[in-house]
Amino acid sequence: MMKQRSLIRFGFSALALAALALASPAGAADKIDPVADAKAFKKFFYDKFPKLKPEDFVNGPYSMDEGLHKQWVEKEQFPPYEFAVEEGKEMFAKPFKNGKTYADCFPNQGIGIRQNYPLFDDKQGKVITLELALNQCREANGEAPYSYVRGEMASLTAYMAFTSRGKPMDIKIPDDPRALAAYEQGKEYFYTRRGQLNFSCATCHVQSPGERVRTEVLAPALGIMNAMPIYRSEWNSMGTTSRRLVTCNSQTRGVPLTPQDDEYRNVEYYLSYVANGLPISGPGARP
Amino acid sequence: MKIKLALIAAVLTAGSAFAASEADYKAAYAAAEAANAEAGKLRNQWIPTATALAAAKKAGDAGDFDKAIAEAKEAEALAKASIYQSISEKKLWKDLEIR
Amino acid sequence: MASTIRVRATSNGEITEVQALIQHPMDSGFVKDAKGEIIPPHFIQQLTFEYDGKPVFLADWGGGISKDPYVKFAFKGGKKGDDLKVSWTDNKGASDSTTAKIG
Repeated sequence: MMKQRSLIRFGFSALALAALALASPAGAADKIDPVADAKAFKKFFYDKFPKLKPEDFVNGPYSMDEGLHKQWVEKEQFPPYEFAVEEGKEMFAKPFKNGKTYADCFPNQGIGIRQNYPLFDDKQGKVITLELALNQCREANGEAPYSYVRGEMASLTAYMAFTSRGKPMDIKIPDDPRALAAYEQGKEYFYTRRGQLNFSCATCHVQSPGERVRTEVLAPALGIMNAMPIYRSEWNSMGTTSRRLVTCNSQTRGVPLTPQDDEYRNVEYYLSYVANGLPISGPGARP
Repeated sequence: MKIKLALIAAVLTAGSAFAASEADYKAAYAAAEAANAEAGKLRNQWIPTATALAAAKKAGDAGDFDKAIAEAKEAEALAKASIYQSISEKKLWKDLEIR
Repeated sequence: MASTIRVRATSNGEITEVQALIQHPMDSGFVKDAKGEIIPPHFIQQLTFEYDGKPVFLADWGGGISKDPYVKFAFKGGKKGDDLKVSWTDNKGASDSTTAKIG
């Protein structure tokens, strides 16, 4: 057993050394600068995929692979998320027991506002995702919250995304140290390796978009939130942003956090912010 | 060279004829659980750690303490690796960042 | 409840191209749920597209077809503005049908 442990240790230190060796000498000041981050983030992807237009990134793997793209064009004529959008629309309009509706909880009656989420709520002092806002709305009206990973939550967010299609992502980071800290924590979460496989989000979605993991083509991190929620053929059902993040964790053999934990909401905040300006394409369909 | 010898010695001892006791198992299990709890505080538990812990418990409950201890040690090693990962990533994540 | 069938049919004068999406669990009867219990078989057995009183497409399905199946085919004839009737029945005796205008 000692031997094994030393081997693991050794593996990590070797990796750490390699990472150190590769680290860029640029010791950029540790000031939190979301504007510069977003610019660099976009530039990285635009340079990596010079043939793509900015708005192509929101279609994930379909922009990366020609064969997949053809399948997608066909699939979009009868998209598999259509039933969820319809169900979400019915649910959204149906009043709670107290007579109020979801529309009463949101600006503009909840229509065409998906691009503003997640947002930083200065009263609660934390990042509020659309999923969390929906459950807060339910609880404020005396209803039990929904599961974050599937079913009703996916249908509701699918409908809300559908009403916001094409609108540019518009995430604001107020001049509030708590908002900046949340953003920074989201960024750290995105790049931090975890799980036995030692993967960060960026390992797949920054270093290897367009390449395959088994049969799957990896989506670029840029615009990845714009397509949420998604119908995954692999799942045979709709999944929310929460479901996607939980699955990402377990696929790297890490124990997932609880949906809508700080880290998850903050990484959604970070990823949505750096995709500001790119259109909402959700609900999406993915292989 | 010294390390190698020590390792061989350790492996030999572990494989020696003494049957493990329940107390040894409980100690090994507690150590593994403690390490995994620490990984939990760092928000970075690994799934195989939980799997090894469960296997240790199952073997322990069945009275197979040799196997239970081996699984518990495996779990502890995995948990410690996850802690090491978390701590080193506190700095290393920045190397991956797009700037 | 809205219809379980989405259908779109377009004619180019000679050939009518039809696409349909049907909402159905299509449980094969071989899958277990989270508790380890078999999900009983529940799938569409027959799917029919009728034009002008005659079937133009008929499918005998089983548990091997995916959930929410998608169908695409084309047939000769069919005029813009005419009706195309789609219907299915499943192994539990449930059924649904809808009529679409060829566009």
